[in-house]
Amino acid sequence: MFSTSRLASAEGTDPPGAVPAADPGTAPGAIVAGVRDPSGPSARRARQARRFAGHGWYRLISPLAVVGLWQLASSTGLLPASKLASPATIAHTAYNLVVTSSPTYGTLQASLLASFERWAIGFALGVAIGVLLAIVSGLSRVGEVVADPILQALRSVPLLGLIPLFIVWFGIGQLPKVLFVLLSALFPMYLNTFAGIRGVDSRLGELGIVLGLRKREIIRHIVLPGALPSALTGLQLSVVASLLALVVGEQINATSGLGFMITQAQQFLNNSVIMVSLIVYAIGGLLLDGAVRLLQRRALAWRRDFGQ
Amino acid sequence: MAPRLRAVNGSAPAAAGTTSDGIRPGGLATSEISRGAAASVRGLTRRFGDRAVLDGLDLDIAPGEFIALIGRSGSGKSTLLRALAGLDREVTGELSAPGPVSVAFQEPRLVPWKKVLANVALGLRTADPEGAARTALAEVGLTERASAWPGTLSGGEAQRASLARALVREPRLLLLDEPFSALDALTRITMHRLVLSLWSRHQPAVLLVTHDVDEALALADRVLVLGEGLIAHSSPITLPRPRVRGHPDLVALRLQLLTELGVPAGDAD
Repeated sequence: MFSTSRLASAEGTDPPGAVPAADPGTAPGAIVAGVRDPSGPSARRARQARRFAGHGWYRLISPLAVVGLWQLASSTGLLPASKLASPATIAHTAYNLVVTSSPTYGTLQASLLASFERWAIGFALGVAIGVLLAIVSGLSRVGEVVADPILQALRSVPLLGLIPLFIVWFGIGQLPKVLFVLLSALFPMYLNTFAGIRGVDSRLGELGIVLGLRKREIIRHIVLPGALPSALTGLQLSVVASLLALVVGEQINATSGLGFMITQAQQFLNNSVIMVSLIVYAIGGLLLDGAVRLLQRRALAWRRDFGQ
Repeated sequence: MAPRLRAVNGSAPAAAGTTSDGIRPGGLATSEISRGAAASVRGLTRRFGDRAVLDGLDLDIAPGEFIALIGRSGSGKSTLLRALAGLDREVTGELSAPGPVSVAFQEPRLVPWKKVLANVALGLRTADPEGAARTALAEVGLTERASAWPGTLSGGEAQRASLARALVREPRLLLLDEPFSALDALTRITMHRLVLSLWSRHQPAVLLVTHDVDEALALADRVLVLGEGLIAHSSPITLPRPRVRGHPDLVALRLQLLTELGVPAGDAD
């Protein structure tokens, strides 16, 4: 079947980490025990279990079964096409959107690029500012007194509620959308990095003093690496929050992007285009999450639960 | 490393004079800070709230001397060690430890995100920190674990890495804060031998804080008992090492130390 093979290939080309919860799913105890003695038989078993789970083709069985049932329900008329298009129709729509530029929607890749650009600018700036603010208020009392109360107060403002205000302030162009993504990436990054810096074991700070490290060296060798696990969790949350912000923000008077496709499709009651856009969002989310997991595994190799 | 001579919390040079009130119970005569000592402490006081954990304590540690400091929990053993390590800024009195001073903590405190070799070399300001770290690791028998993450070490290995990190700084004073208390009995015996051999090779003065009387008797030149915020008791041990545990002198001294610690005779073991 055309639709299933397309979905399957999309899933299959994901990096192993992109399947959510693939790693936590393997018994963590086995990994911990295994890495302690990397040469032992239990280690080998744990590694095998890990590899098996990571490249777990069998994890595709149940999603594919759902898609198959969905197609069956559509083909038999149980699921009316006016409510939800069949997987085959959706795949066909996606194919058409890629190979032809429709006057209503443009091409899928152009929309994707426009959305990605919006997200990437907002996300990169949000994460950078978040980390910077966290370092400033994490490392200095003055910085904390100045920055932290403002950020804590702003964080409790529901971002979605800011949309009308953003339109008043910044109009309906690119700026409010990018800012919206930026803010949503900033807060998780700031909060987690700040908590990470403050949560570094004070006994390691003492060790730094005993070893005669200068303040700058303590920050470089102890504080910042110690905050990294928490900061990477922040990054993961920032990805999720910023994508959500993108999906919502993009549907406000957009003239390009996936959100624009969705609003257009809504007017033309074309639910298969909406589904295509949502699936593209989902695949993007999976890929980005996988990238962060890969980064975590590389950067946190020293942690037993991320071991070799 | 610069010598450390501190008059803490404004208790100025005058402090040496104000504490010369004769001989303290079981302690040492107070005098000027001894210049040649590996560490010298006069009238050291540390309060936590109303309670003075250290109450005008005097102590001299001779160069190369191995001292074991015992005391009931809460008696201020670790407080004294932290003061000597320069980790406690709230102490008053006079303290001199003309460095370098190294510490091995109860938990090995290896930096988890640095491999063993990098842990040992951390903060080392010699020409070839890595080479020195490798030599130190070889001395503690940990060469093959140089590129391991600390999280993968056993308790004994981690303590050996911690010892290597302390020794690579060629300390004049080595502070050991119950470094063997979390190890199993067999590993502890191995570690005792290792510490003694490292000590005789490098000749630092050692202050070993422990709650284990037998450990103190096996290792130290002098056993100090901390009580009431002062050195309440001091026993030199002249027996050559390695010491046999059942030696009559040690058995007698053990009983005496346990009595000092407030464990009545007969209740011991």
